[in-house]
Amino acid sequence: MMVEKVLLRVIAKLLIPLIMLFALYVQFHGDFGPGGGFQAGVIFAVAFILYALIFGIRVARKSIPSSVTRTLLALGVLIYGGTGILTMLLGGEFLDYNVLGSTPLAGQHLGILLVEFGVGMTVAGAMITIFYTFAGHANGDLPFRIGDDR
Amino acid sequence: MAGTAYWLVKLRNLFAVVMLSGIYSLIAAVLYVVMDAVDVAFTEAAVGAGISTVLMLGTLALTTDQEKVHKKPPVLALVLVLATGGVLVYGTFDMPRYGDINAPIHQHVANRYIEKSGAEVGPPNIVTSILASYRGYDTLGETAVVFTAAIGVLVIIGRSKGGVMPGSTAARRRRKDKDRAPDQPSTASSDLDEEASS
Repeated sequence: MMVEKVLLRVIAKLLIPLIMLFALYVQFHGDFGPGGGFQAGVIFAVAFILYALIFGIRVARKSIPSSVTRTLLALGVLIYGGTGILTMLLGGEFLDYNVLGSTPLAGQHLGILLVEFGVGMTVAGAMITIFYTFAGHANGDLPFRIGDDR
Repeated sequence: MAGTAYWLVKLRNLFAVVMLSGIYSLIAAVLYVVMDAVDVAFTEAAVGAGISTVLMLGTLALTTDQEKVHKKPPVLALVLVLATGGVLVYGTFDMPRYGDINAPIHQHVANRYIEKSGAEVGPPNIVTSILASYRGYDTLGETAVVFTAAIGVLVIIGRSKGGVMPGSTAARRRRKDKDRAPDQPSTASSDLDEEASS
C-alpha cells in the first residue's frame, strides 16, 4: 500500500503547504485581488481533504479533529456576528465598521478583515465537517477509497 | 459546455457523471472569467469543480455508482421541466442586452459603488467592499446558511449506528475499549488463520 501510493504521498506533501499558503493569500489579499473569505475557506479545507484522501481519514482526524472543525464552524459565525455587536457597542449600527478604527477607512479595513476571517473559518470548518461526516460512513469498496480507515 | 451537459444527462455511470459535472463547473468558471466576474469564477472553480466533486464521490461511496433505470418515461417530470424552462427562456426576452449601459442594473446602485466605494470603504476590489461592507447583512446570512448546512449534515447522517458521532470523544472512547478487549469472533478467526498458514 505504501509503495503503491508513494508518488501521491510525495506530491501531496509538496502540495499541501502550498495550498494552505495560497488559502491564506486569498484570505488576506481579498481586498486587493479576487477572492475573499469564502474562497479561502474552501481552499483551506481542500488542503485537509487532500490529506485525508491520501493518508487516510484517521490520520487526518489526528491532525485536525472533528471537535476542532466543529468549533471553527461555530466560531466563524460568532466572529462575524460579534463584529456586528461590537460596532453596536461602540455606538454605530450593526455591522457599521466606521466606528471600529480612528478613521472610517481604518475601521472599514479592520471590519472587513474580521468579517472575512469569520466567513473563512466557518466555510473551512463546514467543508471539513461535511467531508468527515460523509467519509466516516463510507465503505472501502466503492468508487474510491477514503484512506485506510476500514 | 452543451456537450458536457448532454453527456451528464445521457450517462448512467454516476462516477462519470460526477467527473463530468466537475468539468462542467470548470468550463463555467472559464465563462465567468471571460465575463470579467473573476470572484465568481474563483468560487465556481473552488466549490463547483473542487469540493462538490469530492463530496459527490463521498456520497457515491455511501450509495451506488449506477443510476437506476426507470421503465416508464417520466411524462409529468418532462412536462414540468419543459414548462419551467420555457418560462425562463421567455423571461430572457425582456432582459437588456449583455453589457448594455442603459440596463437597470447599471443605473441603480452600481454607479455609487464604482465611484464612491474607494472613499467610503477603501479596498481596491469593489466586490469585496460590496460583499463585506455594503451588503454585510447578506454575507452574514450566507455564512449562517453554510453553518446551517454543516449542522444539517451532522444532524442527519452525523451519527453512526452506535448513536455516537464518528470522531467524537465518545467514539474514540468506544474504539479504545474495542482495542483493549477485542471481541471473540475476530480473535477466533485470526487463530484459525495462523493455524492454516503454519
